[in-house]
Amino acid sequence: MRPPKRIRRRAKSLVLLGLCAVAVLLMLVPLASILYECFLNGAGAITPAFFLKNPPPPCNPTAGTTCPVGGVQDAILGTLLLVGLASLIALPVGILGGIYLSEFQDRPLARPARFLADVMTGIPSIVIGVFVFGIFYFFAQEGWITTFSVISGYTGAVALAVIMIPVVARTCEEALRLVPVSLREASLALGIPRHRTILRIVLSSGRGGVITGALLAVARAGGETAPLLLTAGFTTGSIAGLSGWTPALPVLIYQFASAQYPNTTQLAWGAALILVLMMLLISVGARLALRNKFGGRSA
Amino acid sequence: MSGDKLVVQNLNAWYGKTHAVQDISLSFPDKKATAIIGPSGCGKSTFIRCLNRIHETQPKARSEGKVLLDGSDVYQADPTEIRRKIGMVFQRPNVFPTMSIYGNVAAGLKLHGGYSHDEIDTLVIESLKKAALWDEVKEKLDQSALQLSGGQQQRLCIARALAVQPEVLLMDEPASALDPISTARIEDLIFDLKNSVPVIIVTHNMQQAARVADRTAFLYLGKLVEVAPTRDLFERPTEKLTESYITGRFG
Repeated sequence: MRPPKRIRRRAKSLVLLGLCAVAVLLMLVPLASILYECFLNGAGAITPAFFLKNPPPPCNPTAGTTCPVGGVQDAILGTLLLVGLASLIALPVGILGGIYLSEFQDRPLARPARFLADVMTGIPSIVIGVFVFGIFYFFAQEGWITTFSVISGYTGAVALAVIMIPVVARTCEEALRLVPVSLREASLALGIPRHRTILRIVLSSGRGGVITGALLAVARAGGETAPLLLTAGFTTGSIAGLSGWTPALPVLIYQFASAQYPNTTQLAWGAALILVLMMLLISVGARLALRNKFGGRSA
Repeated sequence: MSGDKLVVQNLNAWYGKTHAVQDISLSFPDKKATAIIGPSGCGKSTFIRCLNRIHETQPKARSEGKVLLDGSDVYQADPTEIRRKIGMVFQRPNVFPTMSIYGNVAAGLKLHGGYSHDEIDTLVIESLKKAALWDEVKEKLDQSALQLSGGQQQRLCIARALAVQPEVLLMDEPASALDPISTARIEDLIFDLKNSVPVIIVTHNMQQAARVADRTAFLYLGKLVEVAPTRDLFERPTEKLTESYITGRFG
């Protein structure tokens, strides 16, 4: 005899719930493992010198000598400058683009723009690096760029911005589309002009999603290595403003992790830890920014 | 047309190819409440959405005809100015979720500019009192509007609409999402409001029309079938179609 329906339902529910729990664990394992490894291997490298010095030359300790460890001061600074400048370019463009895609969907440009943004998010980032390098190389050849070299922080920031813009635009669009039409109508019906309706009502109601999207893009840009290789330069050296080769944490990790010297390996772990912490800080910042003034979370 | 605040002449409206409002002419006297009734999809919401030009904000929507507010054509004027003079309350309460109770009522004034702090304060309090909400919210003006009940939110929307001092108030089934007690409060409110602004209310609830409106218009399939003083329309309809609708033979 078959067990009663109620028991079968409960059994089915338990099995599926169990599968969900397993999936969540599988998802958390890599995250926990990354954090654990980074702390385990990188925490030792985090000393005041780590933030105040630059990397020493590669060195193998022999009997009786020790190698200087140094720090990654300029790579941290480089990453902050690159991502900061890229955000200055990409966030306004991306958010304005997102507003266009969401609020002016019936305009002829909206559909092709959305399609192109989707295509762009799928382009491998190394290709974007090559593309931006190519454009700046062309500019330099034409004599339009004279104050900085083709491989420079500026070029790198532009490459990162190109990666960020479609991400920001599409997430901003999706966030604004979630704002109900009834709110737009409520505002328009008060005689509030359309531009103010968009800026003060729609954008503020959807700001949670817009901020999340923006920070997601910032985090992504902060972790990108490939587009920087040809633009900001394959370097772990010191920084001299954005007009020359500019070191960045991901590039430094890549170089030092493959260099196989004890002191550079330690720096690579430390840099990885710092990069992860920076991203974590951005996420926490996002959570705090999402809290609205009434204590709850906005959409 | 003496005494008529709003006059509609040969109004037509479309959604894409759907001809939702067909050649309606109707006038609305000052200081009266007019109800617009009719079965779902008869174009009554679209009709009043044309009066404050909110209809045209939707993609693929358009309208033709004349709407005269105090004799001057609404369709020749700046739409934001018109929407300010002709306020609207919607079917579901649509408070601004990021704003406080005070902020919601002040929104129209603040985003228009040109009002001092004191003026805004005065108008906010006045509007909340007119919307019969003041006593319930006066202690918590700075709290989120979302914590109010559905009926309170709808009265907040009415206060918000009143704050910009409209000359006409449109209401699109303002009580259809509310419980009976909240509905009764809104109806009482309409009864008071019409003495200061003419109210045009769309409703699919015939009892409601009978309770609040001085005049009632019956729309069917996008056309105006009949308009008359409410009592006459319900007791002695001149059109057969009106009679079968109000006696519940279709709808």
